[in-house]
Amino acid sequence: MPGRPDGVARQVRVEPVMGTTVSIDVRPPFVGAAAIEAAVAWFHAVDEKFSMYRPDSELSRIADGSLALEDASRDVRTIVSLSDSLRDRTEGYFDAGRHRDDGRLDPTGVAKGWAVDEAVTILRMAGARNLQVGAGGDLVMAGEPEPGRRWRIGIRHPERADRVAAVLEITSLAVATSATYERGAHIRDPWTGRPPTGLQSLTVVGPTLAMADAFATAAFAMGERGIPWVGRQPGFGALGITSDDRVVWTPLVDELRIPDPTVGTGTRGRPTAGSALTSLSGDER
Amino acid sequence: MPKRGAVAVGLTALALALLLNFQVPADTLTVGRPPGPSGAGGAGGISNGGASNGGASSGPDRSTGSGGTSGDQGGGATGQRTVTGPVVDTRWGPVQVAVTVSGSELVDIAALELPSGGRSSQISRFVEPILRSEALQAQSANIDGVSGATYTSTAYAQSLQSALDSAGI
Repeated sequence: MPGRPDGVARQVRVEPVMGTTVSIDVRPPFVGAAAIEAAVAWFHAVDEKFSMYRPDSELSRIADGSLALEDASRDVRTIVSLSDSLRDRTEGYFDAGRHRDDGRLDPTGVAKGWAVDEAVTILRMAGARNLQVGAGGDLVMAGEPEPGRRWRIGIRHPERADRVAAVLEITSLAVATSATYERGAHIRDPWTGRPPTGLQSLTVVGPTLAMADAFATAAFAMGERGIPWVGRQPGFGALGITSDDRVVWTPLVDELRIPDPTVGTGTRGRPTAGSALTSLSGDER
Repeated sequence: MPKRGAVAVGLTALALALLLNFQVPADTLTVGRPPGPSGAGGAGGISNGGASNGGASSGPDRSTGSGGTSGDQGGGATGQRTVTGPVVDTRWGPVQVAVTVSGSELVDIAALELPSGGRSSQISRFVEPILRSEALQAQSANIDGVSGATYTSTAYAQSLQSALDSAGI
């Protein structure tokens, strides 16, 4: 629509898959429709291999013993080995094998982020340079949304879903958030077996969504000390909102963060519980 | 002037509130209007210099039929049009919205379908009237995405965004 007055031209595709909603948003230069279809097909292929809700998926068959890991596809072996290394790298806090109540293998957390990373690669190989691919609130950005502007990504406020607790300006990075507010206490401290305390939400930025998502899960389970822990992982940064409503972030996030996302908004606003959040910079306390 | 992308994303944040946190009256939309680096100024920020290449007409792709109205050439239109977004499935049920536009202005949003049953019904009852009243305010929001948004709210925003794409605003 060349006559579009104010809009930013974009290619958008939305697909329900992997138990969530995947969105693809390509800004000029655009790619052919076949590239978008290839990315969508990729997500469905991942779903088929990794779904724990499909009894015939490779992962289900590994879990029930009918498929040996050595005989699984390369993608499945990749994810299982990535899960193993993440467990080591996160002091056991990212324990993919213990995510499920029944203790069965469940590396689907890594698979989702990895699937998004790979979809971005598919689209970039097709010629896209500026794009955003998201799955259930976890996002990967590349390039810029418009010439000369960085992607502005809001971090959802944990208590007030109509607010963002922070805004980050990003070029090419992945952003993942772990929190209890929507899926309930789905994250458990692998050492205590209980939901972690200390954080309401934790957002991790980094070069890949597979890792950012895994670090967000692990560091959230660590509680507040998870924030500086992420800060010590090269290339990664974190912004957490503590149980007592402080916002804490690491130096990398400090470079991305817009100081006050609420400036200039809420024309008929009044103070609310959410506005009690105070910003404390730095990753050491 | 409204920025379509900003509208969609501003409404993402709004929809989040409404769909996920229904106990709390979402009386303010506080998605930021961060100062833009381009210095384009004003609430709208950057104006796009039109479609950059012929490929613009190839997108957007839509997963399900948008019952959109006829293609409008842009800002010159008068009179209101209603454009329907695609049905987006979530684990709690389908989500579909329609937008009413006048020229390049978003004047109304209606949720044609929202998850029903239990908590979802409560959420759905809560969402619509507030969305309407907040819609214009959301047009000035200037964010490209929200991390931590999931499921229903994402679906809502995406149906909305596709409807806005169809409407050409």
